[in-house]
Amino acid sequence: MGRRHVLIGMGPGAIAAAEAIRSADAGAEIVVVGADRHGYYSRPGLAYYLAKEIPEKWLHPLSAEGLAGLDLTIVNERADGIDTKAHRVMLESGRELVYDRLLIATGSTAIPAKVPGAELDGVVKLDDLDDANDIIRRSAGAKGAVVVGGGITALEIVEGLHAHGVHVDYFMRQDRYWKNVLSETESHVVEQELGGRGVRVHNYTELAGILGRDGRVAAVATGDGKRIPCDLVAVAIGVHARIELARAAGLACGRGILVDEYLRSSDEDVYAAGDVAEPVDHGTGLRTMEVLWNSAVRKGRTAGLNMATEPVRAYETGIPLNVTRLAGLKTTIIGSVGSGGRDADLEGLQRGDSQTWSELGDAVAIEAQTHGARVRLAVGERALAGAVVMGDQSLSFPLQDLIQARADVGSIAADLKAAGASIAELVEGRWREWREQLA
Amino acid sequence: MSWFKSDREKYAALATAWVLPEPSRCVQCGVCSFNCPIEIDVRRHVWLGEPVKDSRCLTCGECIKRCPRGLLRFEPIAATHGGRARGGR
Repeated sequence: MGRRHVLIGMGPGAIAAAEAIRSADAGAEIVVVGADRHGYYSRPGLAYYLAKEIPEKWLHPLSAEGLAGLDLTIVNERADGIDTKAHRVMLESGRELVYDRLLIATGSTAIPAKVPGAELDGVVKLDDLDDANDIIRRSAGAKGAVVVGGGITALEIVEGLHAHGVHVDYFMRQDRYWKNVLSETESHVVEQELGGRGVRVHNYTELAGILGRDGRVAAVATGDGKRIPCDLVAVAIGVHARIELARAAGLACGRGILVDEYLRSSDEDVYAAGDVAEPVDHGTGLRTMEVLWNSAVRKGRTAGLNMATEPVRAYETGIPLNVTRLAGLKTTIIGSVGSGGRDADLEGLQRGDSQTWSELGDAVAIEAQTHGARVRLAVGERALAGAVVMGDQSLSFPLQDLIQARADVGSIAADLKAAGASIAELVEGRWREWREQLA
Repeated sequence: MSWFKSDREKYAALATAWVLPEPSRCVQCGVCSFNCPIEIDVRRHVWLGEPVKDSRCLTCGECIKRCPRGLLRFEPIAATHGGRARGGR
C-alpha cells in the first residue's frame, strides 16, 4: 500500500495534484474532500455559462471515466478541522480521515460588501456554480441590477446579467475601470463598449447602502445621495484566500498559507496549492498571491509530485499571464503593466488576477493601435516587463514568449520607443530571431 | 458560420496542419468541446498539451473561432516540433 494523500478542495489545484500523485505512484490512496456539490468544474467558465455561451454540463472538464481513471475517493463534505500532530482531518459529519500527506487547496472566497442592507435577499456574488445559477434564477423577471466592484469578475457579472435581459447600472468609485492595471485609453475602450451595449456606467459613484422592501432588494443609495431602483445588487470587490482551516490548525499564514519553494507549509507533511498558497516570487524575493487558473494547476502539479515522492521539485512563480474578455474584447495581460497603486474598486485581489500586474516597473510604457489590436508594452532597458493586448491576439503569442523568457530585446528597445514605431513588425522580428537562437 | 469541407480538402488539411493549443491560456471552460460538431473533446487535448490529432477532426475551425481566449490556432504540423504544444506536459 502506498501513501495516503488527503486533498482538501475540488478545484484545479487539487485535481492537478491528484493527477500528479497518480502519475508518480500508482499504489497511492488519494482522497479528495470538498463541500461543493458540483464537484470539479471550470470556475472561469462560469462567465461563459452566465453569458449563455455554454450549457452547465459542459463546465465539467473531466468525464466520469476520466475521474474513474484517477482512482480517487471523493468525500463530498466540508473539512472542519485538521490535527497536524495526529495527521487527521475532521469532517463536518464527525468522521475523521487519516493522512500521510495533506494538501490544502481551499481556494478563495468573495469579500462581502460592508454597507447597510448587504444582508438583503437579492445581494449576489459570483464565487461558484451555485452563485451563477442563483444569478440566472434571479435574472428572470428582474428589471434592473446594480454591479459594484472592479476587474474581471465585475464585468463577468455585468455581461451575464445583460445577456439575461437585465438592465445594469455599473458603479465605479474612481474616474475609470481597473485603474491600477489598465491604461486610461484601455479603460475608456472598455467603458465605451459597455455603454454601447446599454450598460450605464457610473464613474465616481460609491454604493452607500442597499434599500429593501420586505427583506428584498428594492434600490440602492449612492454616496452623493441618489436613489436607483433595482432588483439585484452584485458585489465583486475582490476575494480573500480561504485560510481559516489552516490558521486554526496552527499553520503559518499571511494573506494565504505560507509555503516554501516545494509548496510545503510550516508543517512538513502539509502542502498548499491554488489560490490559498502564498509562495515566494524568486524574481522579487517577496511573497506573492495569484488567483489564476493556470497558476493553480502548476502549483497543484508541483505539490502533488512532491507529496508522492520527496520535496525536490521547486515551484517557479514565473511571469503571470491571463487572457480574459473585457466587454467582449479579448484581452491578454502579461507581467508588470500597472500603475503601482491600488484600485479603489477592489479590496484585494480578484479572480483572474495577479499581484504582479499592478506593480510599477522601471519600464517605459508604449501604446499603439496595430493590426486590429490595441497593444501596450512596458519596455525596459533590455527586456519587456509586461504587455496588454486588446482585440486581435496574434501579437500576444510572441509577446508571451519574449516576456516570460525575459528575452533580451535590447536591439529593438530604442526603436520601440521611437514615435510611430511599427511595434508588431519589431516584436515579431525579434521573436523570430529569438526562436532561431533557441533552436 | 460553420461549414464542412470536402473529404479531399479535409485530408489535405489534416496531412499538413492541425489545431494547436496554448495550454497556459486555457481555463478548461469547455467552449471548444461544446462547439465541436463531432464532439471531439478538444479541451482534453489542451489539458494534455497536445495538438488535436483526432482523425475525425473536420478542420472546420469552429473550436478556434469560438475559444473565448483565442488559444487555439491552426498550425502546420512541421512547425510544431513533434506534436507538443508550448507549455504542454
